[in-house]
Amino acid sequence: MTHALDLPPWAALLTSVLVLVGAGLALLGAIGTLRFGSFFERVHAPTLGTSWGTGAIALASMVCFSVLGSRLVVHELLIGVFVSVTTPVTLMLLARAALYRDRTEENSNVPPRSSLQGVPRRQERRS
Amino acid sequence: MTAAILVWSISIAQVMLVAAMACYAYRLIRGPRAQDRVLCLDAMYVSAMLLILTVGIRTADVIYFEAALIIAVLGFVSSIALAKFLMRGEVIE
Repeated sequence: MTHALDLPPWAALLTSVLVLVGAGLALLGAIGTLRFGSFFERVHAPTLGTSWGTGAIALASMVCFSVLGSRLVVHELLIGVFVSVTTPVTLMLLARAALYRDRTEENSNVPPRSSLQGVPRRQERRS
Repeated sequence: MTAAILVWSISIAQVMLVAAMACYAYRLIRGPRAQDRVLCLDAMYVSAMLLILTVGIRTADVIYFEAALIIAVLGFVSSIALAKFLMRGEVIE
């Protein structure tokens, strides 16, 4: 840990705050996963860690390496963009799979498929 | 003084991330159904990636960034495959 002495105070403080914020958000998401009751509530919780948890830690890494190398280092943007693009895809697929499984087993905690038929179709409204 | 603050906050952040992974592991073992387990596996991948990023900040080594990127890609692909398996019963149709 010798490079911490090379960082100017403002960069060290900014990196510390961003790392703590990111890790705290990830921990909050994990606690939410423990405490929520059903799967469809639980699927919201880890997104705290994947949105600003990842964003804050990637920003901290960018600040640290940019100041240490005295040039702009932005390759942590790759991780931030990748995680924020792929997490909704994963969770949407997973939630649809869970909904399909619940409907197949005819659990009562999900709305049945026939409840969508009461919504007026777009073609009917247009005519 | 600020160097000590940086070292301590990175240590505290690593402890928090390990605690988050422990919460996910508990839910992974206890989770009532398969979709809870897949969700926790995906979240554990992201937490491990964040942990490796903090190790990279601590050691000022760029190699950890590439490891974190590989872990993120592997987590995405495996979670997609598992969600597809839960939906259809097979991965590649």
